[in-house]
Amino acid sequence: MSDKETRERKIFRLSRRKALKGLAAGVGALALPGKDASASFWEAFFQKNFRELGKDDLRKVLARMEKEYGAQYGRAVKVKATPPIEGVQYGYALDLSRCIGCRRCVYGCVRENNQSRDPQIHWIRVLQMNKEKGVYLEEAEQYYNPAKVPEPGYFYMPVQCHMCKSPPCTKVCPVQATWTEKDGLVVVDYNWCIGCRYCMAACPYGARHFNWKKPGLPAAELNPDTHILGNRPRPVGVVEKCTFCIQRTRENPGRYPACVEACPVGARKFGNLLDPESEIRYIIENKRVFIFKEDLNTQPKFFYFYAT
Amino acid sequence: MKMIWEFFKGTLVLVFRGSKAYYAWVFSLLVLMAVGVFAYAHQLQAGLIVTAMRDQVSWGFYISNFTFLVGVAAAAVLLVIPAYVYHWKPIKEIAVLGEMLAVSAMVMCLLFVTVDIGRPERFWHLIPKIGILNFPQSLLAWDVVVLNTYLVLNLMIAVFILYNLYHRREPNKSFTTPLILFSIPAAISIHTVTAFLYNGLGARPFWNASILAPRFLASAFCSGPAFMIMLFQVIRKYTKTDIKDEAIFKVAELIAYSMFLNLFLLGAEVFKEYYSDTIHLAPMQYLFQGLHGHTSLVPYIWTAMLFNVTAFVLFLVPKTRENYVTLNIGCILIFIGVYIEKGMGLVIPGLAPDVLGEIYDYSPTGIEFLVSMGIWATGLFVYTMLLRVAIPILNGDFHVGEDGVTPVIADERFIVRRQGLVSRTPEAEA
Repeated sequence: MSDKETRERKIFRLSRRKALKGLAAGVGALALPGKDASASFWEAFFQKNFRELGKDDLRKVLARMEKEYGAQYGRAVKVKATPPIEGVQYGYALDLSRCIGCRRCVYGCVRENNQSRDPQIHWIRVLQMNKEKGVYLEEAEQYYNPAKVPEPGYFYMPVQCHMCKSPPCTKVCPVQATWTEKDGLVVVDYNWCIGCRYCMAACPYGARHFNWKKPGLPAAELNPDTHILGNRPRPVGVVEKCTFCIQRTRENPGRYPACVEACPVGARKFGNLLDPESEIRYIIENKRVFIFKEDLNTQPKFFYFYAT
Repeated sequence: MKMIWEFFKGTLVLVFRGSKAYYAWVFSLLVLMAVGVFAYAHQLQAGLIVTAMRDQVSWGFYISNFTFLVGVAAAAVLLVIPAYVYHWKPIKEIAVLGEMLAVSAMVMCLLFVTVDIGRPERFWHLIPKIGILNFPQSLLAWDVVVLNTYLVLNLMIAVFILYNLYHRREPNKSFTTPLILFSIPAAISIHTVTAFLYNGLGARPFWNASILAPRFLASAFCSGPAFMIMLFQVIRKYTKTDIKDEAIFKVAELIAYSMFLNLFLLGAEVFKEYYSDTIHLAPMQYLFQGLHGHTSLVPYIWTAMLFNVTAFVLFLVPKTRENYVTLNIGCILIFIGVYIEKGMGLVIPGLAPDVLGEIYDYSPTGIEFLVSMGIWATGLFVYTMLLRVAIPILNGDFHVGEDGVTPVIADERFIVRRQGLVSRTPEAEA
């Protein structure tokens, strides 16, 4: 028997064993906990929606998660629940005349926000578009891969969550597992999401991503500074999305989102929409700004502009 | 209480007894169900990565089957309306079979949704008070409400009527009539709400057309009754139930009207998209012509078109409608045609090209097929079990004894090929 055949047989055997194990797990999931099933399993199972957690509940939940991730990744993980800051509405602006399509923002985001490396999940998608056609999605290319960017004749349009003021995604969620926070951030409770993916069908910007399998996140690459509604490690079978780096922007002093920091050409601008002196307000008031899919009336807090 | 318990014991005896054919049928269903359970266990273990769904096409074969089956369930009403509203007798006798079909289809619908979600163990988040049901904001919350209501309603009506017939008395009309009348808007609502679930998404131009809900209803009134016509023939051939030709042909006639409406509404939609030729034409092109070299749906949708149009002609002409060969061909064509059109033909073009213009060619994996097959087998199993009890009650082989408590089973055989009179015309009866 050739090596390949042996390998294939082994794979088959393994997958069959896995199937049996899965069956046992599936049946067992609703039965009483076994000997080695920890109490934290049931605590997680019966955990309330984030917005219904009392102060003490929340403290317990955060401690449990830190313990859980600590054991899972073999290193200390901080899980914060920093609340919104009064008088702040986060806004984002992206300069299409500057973006060179290098995707440093994409990978900076992946590292900061603990996205799955295998399979890859990207909260930011960069579209390569023909300058002659303008913003024409039907011919947009996400998988461009030249030796050097930017390529002549093309411009680049990164797309991520637009933090809509009227978000179609939160409206459709059957269990209110996703909502808009006071500071305008649209977030997901990974412990409440049932994984129906209705929000993904509703989002006009492709900003929501599903964990089709257990996220592959090597312990060495884990960012241990996490927020419960943001970049903490995600379970399989739930939806996740960009939070404008909630774990950075809500701190005092706040930090810019990782994508803003990663951009080598300064195409990304971020700030408080309620502060008349902010850079973001200056851009909106003085530059040529356009809103992606404006006709859908989602009222994004993410703006594209041309500085030059 | 004792009477109900004895009745229940009687039904248990019934489902365990039958002919060889009955055992073989039930056993094969159980095998397919077991295969489905194993496939699902594998999916639970590995995650939904074992399906072909991805972020671009985030709903696939499971939700397509769900959508189609909501239509089948809703179509039970087609038999209920003439039976109860117009007191048209030949259909009244078999309406209860339609209600049980609705129950079985609902069970399949709920299973298809369950296997599609990423965290099925969190289903309790949907239960009001214990969890949070986002009602009335989310159309999915509406769907949870109407689907479960419809399931319970049909189950109640069918059980109540059968339990009374078992006791050899006319079911109390003041109880059944309001429920039955309520089941008519309920049937329309399950399909309307399911259509609205897609319809309400501005991000998906293929679904965001106001004609969607009427189209859903029109196609449901084709596929459901087509299935019932075939089923009626099987039932009267293999059990002691008489279903009159008249009833079958009447249902076939109703299918012809529904199919006309279905094709008309589709034509209206195709015209609007192609003539106005906006950027929203892309999904329609992807479905009917292929787009940028992606043509995976094209052969399917044209098969569906061909089948639907052929069946429409077969059902429209009285001669072919009342000939069992052409009638059955028509039924099969409609069932497959609507299955494609209201299944993958509806769900996939909504998602491809996706909101950023990417086209991901979705085609279900083996696991998705096996799980779906298991669910279809479960639905047929549920329906078989319901029929196993209902048919002997309807033809008087299962009823309460002289003492008013002990059940009597006159004939234990079930699924036996009948000799002679299988199709009776009203004239022959007279």
